[in-house]
Amino acid sequence: MKNTVCMCGSIVDKVKAICAEFNNDPGELINILHKTQEMLGYLPSEVQEIIAMALDIPAAKVYGVVTFYSFFTMKPKGKYPISVCLGTACYVRGAESVLEEFKDELGIGVGEVTKDGLFSLDCLRCVGACGLAPVVMVGEKVFGRLTAESVRGVLDEFYNKEK
Amino acid sequence: MEKIKLTIDNRQVEVDKGTTLLEAAAGIGIKIPTLCHLNLHDLNYENNPGACRICVVEVAGRRNLAPACKTECTEGMDIKTHSPRVINARQTVMELILSNHPNECLTCAKSGHCELQSIASELGIRKINYAGEMSTFTEDVSLSIIRNMDKCIMCRRCETACNSIQSVGALSATSRGFGAVVGTAFGTNIADTNCTNCGQCVAVCPTGALTEHSNIPELMSAIADPKKTVVVQTAPAVRVALGADFGFGAQSVTGKMVAALRQIGFDYVFDTDFAADLTIMEEGTELLGRLKEHLSGNSEVKIPLMTSCCPGWVGFMEQNFPELLPHLSSAKSPQQMFGAIAKNYFAQKLGIDRRDLVVVSVMPCVAKKFECNRDEFKVDGDPDVNISITTRELAHLIRYTNIDFAGLEDDDFDRPLGESTGASVIFGATGGVIEAAVRTAYELHTGNELTKIDFDELRGFSGVRSATIDFNGVPIKIGIAHGLANARKLVEEVKAGRADYHAIEVMACPGGCIGGGGQPYHKGDMSVIRERMQSIYEEDRNKPLRKSHENPYIHQLYNEFLGTPCSHLSHELLHTHYFDRKKVICPTEEKQ
Repeated sequence: MKNTVCMCGSIVDKVKAICAEFNNDPGELINILHKTQEMLGYLPSEVQEIIAMALDIPAAKVYGVVTFYSFFTMKPKGKYPISVCLGTACYVRGAESVLEEFKDELGIGVGEVTKDGLFSLDCLRCVGACGLAPVVMVGEKVFGRLTAESVRGVLDEFYNKEK
Repeated sequence: MEKIKLTIDNRQVEVDKGTTLLEAAAGIGIKIPTLCHLNLHDLNYENNPGACRICVVEVAGRRNLAPACKTECTEGMDIKTHSPRVINARQTVMELILSNHPNECLTCAKSGHCELQSIASELGIRKINYAGEMSTFTEDVSLSIIRNMDKCIMCRRCETACNSIQSVGALSATSRGFGAVVGTAFGTNIADTNCTNCGQCVAVCPTGALTEHSNIPELMSAIADPKKTVVVQTAPAVRVALGADFGFGAQSVTGKMVAALRQIGFDYVFDTDFAADLTIMEEGTELLGRLKEHLSGNSEVKIPLMTSCCPGWVGFMEQNFPELLPHLSSAKSPQQMFGAIAKNYFAQKLGIDRRDLVVVSVMPCVAKKFECNRDEFKVDGDPDVNISITTRELAHLIRYTNIDFAGLEDDDFDRPLGESTGASVIFGATGGVIEAAVRTAYELHTGNELTKIDFDELRGFSGVRSATIDFNGVPIKIGIAHGLANARKLVEEVKAGRADYHAIEVMACPGGCIGGGGQPYHKGDMSVIRERMQSIYEEDRNKPLRKSHENPYIHQLYNEFLGTPCSHLSHELLHTHYFDRKKVICPTEEKQ
């Protein structure tokens, strides 16, 4: 897949450098995971094991933290990660049909990535923009008052960028 | 210490400040049920996540029920431990737990010993009112352990055992919500992780989620095969634990155990204790050899010598400290020494092929199942020890074969591989292997007879102990650890060059083999382990011979077969090598 991380030496060194930045302190595990995911987009098991070794803690412990927090992901994200808000306000204003439309248009389910690596689809609960419900985030960009009909337009904006 | 006065079920109680309601109630004989809480004080084991909520009690003046395990006593508290409200809450909690627990008690390996089953029964659960989704984890089978996580109730006792007591860290709580489970890194099979097979997770699991990998079927077909001669060896710690399942507590039941094994159909009933005496001859000689070199100034020789009887400990060293492997005694464990002697010496005596001799071991241990499967303990694919079962499996086998254990007449082990000394019996308790070694090494080194055979300074439950024994003017410093987290402390000291020990004994399980992962469940009752230890030392005291080098059948074995301790043949049959088994689940370096 296009977006998976090649576990070459430079990545290993970069992950080790992040750990060193936090003095290889096991108490900083969450911050280290945060920063590593920021760099790689996700936290594959290889990376978790490098972190475990650097902090001298069991790999099972790192995996336990990664799987506990929904923010952390072990699956690579698309170039443009889509997050559909299913918080109460968005939900009552039709977020579910927006989500269904994204699934149909992209041909993937929640937590999956499109074959071309461009889009991944996730759900979240409230981005604090309830006035714009239903809200969808693509990367850092917020789209408000979406309907199933407007989904195609959102996607095209990013397809056009790729042309 | 400040005292607190409170009322529990209308009884006045006075306790130390800091005491929990659970402890205060236990102090006056009220046993509040718990599924997650487990405290083995002497072994430094405490699991107290407050997770199961079965122990809730009513506190007068408080709106909510309080978990007894997590609530400290305060002055004037008025507690009800079995009011209708409390019982109703416990039943609801239990029903919710059971709503995601496979309803297969009749076929579960843990049935009859399951804490979940017995508390559900005590609470009188007759129907589960909450239907819903059930977990569907894949069963994970290693040579030693079976993990059936559908039966996990997230009490996290195993996680505490694996991390706090053993410092192995193969298990951790993973995922969240409905998917939450105690698992391995990345969901890897336990056999492919850094698990040492010690089985302490199995020893504390309150349900059937973690059980030993039973080998009873193979054993029964070997016994039924007329072409096979089947011999059995029993480890020292088995005889003081087996009785628990038949109303004998921690009393030693050696004679009845031998009688039962004969009735089950073994052709010869032998004793691992014989091989423990043999281990002392080999390991003691190795120790004296290394000491001599060391004291004469040879800095190449690896001192301290570390014992190698415990497969959990050996695995731990191979995975975590491969650079220190030369410190491990090259002597095989008693189980494997027995196997090597049975297959090479005893089979020859019987005039049969080694493949027609099936060697079975009864061990307090699940790691022994892994050990007997190691390639270096096989000859052309034929293992020296074919099948290893736990004390629990033997208890099961006794019931399975309709034996009235309590009514059995005491019987005696067969010769020659059944004779043993008191030194071999104490192999079952922490400090015992090194005490046995000292008894022999002292006499062989000094040429003097020991005036006092009991080395009390080497005994006890303290996690890391040390003692200096005077070998006629030469002080020999000994280190002892039980529980791998304690062992890690000792090894780190050796690694850093801060330790001045000459010999170190480690047993992976807390208390030694008496607290092994294959023993009848202690269910958090520390007195069970303490009494087993007393029984071990009592059995030693009652033996006419108490030093390994006095065993006449050991002399016979050397005269007839091996020559001398650490001879060429001894090295070939009774010594082994260790391997770097450092495990990285997802290696990255190779991909560079």
